[in-house]
Amino acid sequence: MTITEKMYLPAIFQGLSITMRHFFKKKPTIQYPEQKREFGREFRGLHVLRRDEQGRERCTACGLCAVACPAEAITMVAGERKKGEENLYREEKYAVTYEINMLRCIFCGLCEEACPKEAIFLQNDKTAPPRFERDEFIYGKDRLVEPLSRANSKENIKYRY
Amino acid sequence: MEIPALAIQAAIILAIFGITLLIATYCTWAERRIAGYLQDRPGPNRVGPWGLGQPLADAVKLFFKEEFIPATANKWLFIAGPSLAMLTALMSSAVVPFGNTILSDTFGTTRIQGIEVNIGMLYVFGVVSLGVYGIMIGGWASNNKFSLLGAIRAASQNISYEIAMGLSIIAMLMMTGTLSLREIALQQSEPLFGISGFNWNIFYQPLGFIIFLTCSFAETNRTPFDLPESEAELVGGYHTEYGSMKLGLYLFAEYVNIIVASAVMSTLYFGGFNFPFQDQVGALISSDPVVAHNAVTIIGTVVLFLKIFGFIFFFMWVRWTLPRFRYDQLLNLGWKGLIPLSIINIVLTGAGILLYEYFKG
Repeated sequence: MTITEKMYLPAIFQGLSITMRHFFKKKPTIQYPEQKREFGREFRGLHVLRRDEQGRERCTACGLCAVACPAEAITMVAGERKKGEENLYREEKYAVTYEINMLRCIFCGLCEEACPKEAIFLQNDKTAPPRFERDEFIYGKDRLVEPLSRANSKENIKYRY
Repeated sequence: MEIPALAIQAAIILAIFGITLLIATYCTWAERRIAGYLQDRPGPNRVGPWGLGQPLADAVKLFFKEEFIPATANKWLFIAGPSLAMLTALMSSAVVPFGNTILSDTFGTTRIQGIEVNIGMLYVFGVVSLGVYGIMIGGWASNNKFSLLGAIRAASQNISYEIAMGLSIIAMLMMTGTLSLREIALQQSEPLFGISGFNWNIFYQPLGFIIFLTCSFAETNRTPFDLPESEAELVGGYHTEYGSMKLGLYLFAEYVNIIVASAVMSTLYFGGFNFPFQDQVGALISSDPVVAHNAVTIIGTVVLFLKIFGFIFFFMWVRWTLPRFRYDQLLNLGWKGLIPLSIINIVLTGAGILLYEYFKG
């Protein structure tokens, strides 16, 4: 070490000036619950089961999403459409129950890609909210199927095709 | 002393005690906020406005945590350790002059100082060096080899740095000729370059100040000399086995030590309660000398606290800038660096005093 290095002090003052510059810098922190970061367009968040233009459920319970799912988070029971239910389900087969276990789901989006009926999507503006009980993370059709009012809203069109 | 004078003195002692504790409480908050700001993040800002409720929340948490004493620990010493650390830390603030005198007809002259003793500096040194017993006993009583190592480190570190600290003060004493902190502060109220209250010792003892500053970092166990509690090597150092408020007392004592060190440094080297242009400020406020004196005293106390806060900020600033020393580096710096330097400082000061007296005639 040279003598100036051995004195430590110049290096210490240099370090102090660097940290002082950081003291006055703008902080990049996002104050989470109040401020939220914009999600990207390709963000994969909470699942939704879409309806078609006439408000009928698009899902036909073919099971391809469950097959594609690497985490085996999706389970469903298929049922046959009765007479008079044509306004509820688009095809003869429909999902009686459709459950996604959010504790297992890894939000990979393979179900979205596997679906031949454009029924399941991962929304880019919603995340699965935190819960206190484990069974609250099993999302049934009551929480997955999109409400009728939203079925034909403008932002939904972009998911269709 | 008469009863009213004693009562006033007791009130001042209590006030100093309370203010020291309050500042120490908010040091924990300031430390985390400053740490955050230096690292480009906001720090705790959730509890109350700007996170000001954080120390209270921390205190509640510490008090409600489980009191745990290890089965193999020496129970009484285990309790005595943090108490002793806190006790010695608080004791040393008693002799620091936090202001000049307040004059009044009814109460006479009141010093804003706990106790005025003519060995003030010795008292501070004595009490501060006792502080290591708190750490040592705590580390020993824990019956944990890492705690013991931390405690031994603390002891040897404090011994090696106290020598340099004492020697750097000796050069000061050669100049001032007194050990009383109040006297040293008053001597600095002389004018320098025509600026009253600016005759600060830092201009005469810059080397001594740097040595003293470095040593007070080591004495208060602050980074870069926080080897007694280096968590990477010693799990947690001397307080590994401590939890709840007993740990709280150890951490709190460190902050009280910082305040005392800041106050002593401000008093010794930065003019204490004196501030530049104090005579002019006094004359500006009132033509009555008593009122002017009292006003200057009050402003001086505020200024002293600003100096103390400045030093506390500096302590924290350094903590989040410099990495920790290795232990052999620490001892090398103490024994081979600072002690010879402080002896050189004594020689230089002595030569300076002789030359000054020779040319003065």
